Amino acid sequence: MERYVELDQVGMHFDGKKGRFVALKDVNLTIARGEFVSLIGHSGCGKSTVLNLIAGLLLPTDGIALANGREIAGPGPDRAVVFQNHSLLPWLSCWGNVHLAVERVFGARETLAQLAERTDAALALVGLSHARDKHPHEVSGGMKQRVGIARALAMAPKVLLLDEPFGALDALTRAHLQDELMGIVANTGSTVVMVTHDVDEAVLLSDRIVMMSNGPAATIGDILEVPLARPRDRLALAADPEYQRLRAEVLDFLYRRHARPEAA
Amino acid sequence: MMSKTLDIRVARGKAARRSLPLPALLEPLRSPFVAVTRTLVPPALGIVAFLLLWVLVAQGSGGSLPGPVSTWRAAVLLFADPFYQNGPNDQGIGWNVLMSLGRVGAGFGLAALVGIPLGFMIGRFDFLARMSAPVISLLRPVSPLAWLPIGLLVFKAAGPASIWVIFISSIWPMILNTAAGVRAVPQDYLNVARVLRLSEWKVFTVILLPAALPAMLTGVRLAVGVAWLVIVAAEMLTGGVGLGFWVWDEWNNLNVEHIIIAIFVVGIVGLMLEQALVWLARKASFGEEH
Repeated sequence: MERYVELDQVGMHFDGKKGRFVALKDVNLTIARGEFVSLIGHSGCGKSTVLNLIAGLLLPTDGIALANGREIAGPGPDRAVVFQNHSLLPWLSCWGNVHLAVERVFGARETLAQLAERTDAALALVGLSHARDKHPHEVSGGMKQRVGIARALAMAPKVLLLDEPFGALDALTRAHLQDELMGIVANTGSTVVMVTHDVDEAVLLSDRIVMMSNGPAATIGDILEVPLARPRDRLALAADPEYQRLRAEVLDFLYRRHARPEAA
Repeated sequence: MMSKTLDIRVARGKAARRSLPLPALLEPLRSPFVAVTRTLVPPALGIVAFLLLWVLVAQGSGGSLPGPVSTWRAAVLLFADPFYQNGPNDQGIGWNVLMSLGRVGAGFGLAALVGIPLGFMIGRFDFLARMSAPVISLLRPVSPLAWLPIGLLVFKAAGPASIWVIFISSIWPMILNTAAGVRAVPQDYLNVARVLRLSEWKVFTVILLPAALPAMLTGVRLAVGVAWLVIVAAEMLTGGVGLGFWVWDEWNNLNVEHIIIAIFVVGIVGLMLEQALVWLARKASFGEEH
């Protein structure tokens, strides 16, 4: 399997007024092409920091972070991020938000018509063709997050980075979008790294679940393989003993082996 | 407990509707009437109270302060021919208003041309913000008229000097509000720009400008308010044609009615400028949830 993202002894510390805060220490992780990896852990365990390191929004203070064999020196459109709070520009329509990304990535090589076609295709992929001319404040939270996913997918990224993408949504919308994401990833064969705090989401979507220990100086506690066959169906899995076992393992890690020292 | 009181209220409402059908029928007619009275009655009462107070003070002053009626008569005469010209020191009220607006427009326009780009740079680059902070904090609290002698010295003429005073006093709100608006651009938007690796020009046009526009327009609105406040004072000192000079001229003529009219004209023009910019700001704001 081709290694796509490689974190080698990565550490991250922040120098603040109260001295040095070590967020991450000795993180080692390789992600193969086409793999769906979830990062799970209690809040404050640095899982978003790991994602930001892969995105290039942060640079590691120790160790090496590689993407496609090259050191990650900053953010770039080959590693598209779907932000937790969608981060759509409110003055652009849904179409405009996606088009901004398409224009940046393909503008130099393609005609305007081709760019428009790409934008339309990305919106169609997330089922939002009907809302193309709406502005973000005119659509629901779930739709906004779908535009965010469309914007990321339209960049044809090598890795799709999802930072708690469905955290702010209600349970029904979340389930719906998880199913949609599974379908899209199956069709596009994308490499995905997703930060989540939802155990079911992690088991349902992932090939591997990276479980993080608590901070400060958080690191990878354990990595769980999820050998469930695809396509996965949430209703069928609910009664599946293998699914139950995996779910129990993550829960055991989070609430027994790495329970929060002072439960907030 | 809650539902019980609610039930009672509902039952009461039903009973009332049954026994008194007429008010219920009139309800749709009455509600716009209520809305109109609610929006119009309090301001009208305020104006009436103000006029009454004015009458009382005017009568108490024993004729030295003209009352509303004599001021109104003088205003009717004055506005009958707003654009007459009897030499440089005796021109119609319309010319005075236009000259003052022209000076405000020139000084304020120059301030916007300099202040808004400067505000953007200060908001975007921390180094520039630190560099300009001591100068701005030192100069901003200076009374606008203290700048007038400098203007007279440099420009050797009254007109440019009063434009200079408008410029220097209205530039600060525009610099500071634009800079604050640019600094307040959510980091999420800038992260989007970083992931897309947008050029600095694209970041400016697609993210910073639209995101900072509401704050920028607030600065413009404050600046227009300051400029209009300052122009009357500046013109009193510099002379020529203009509302401020006119007030001073009428004081020398002891035409108190005209001074009162000038106060109203200054107030009304200022209100209109303010409202125009409020309208503009509303046009430019987006239905953001942030």
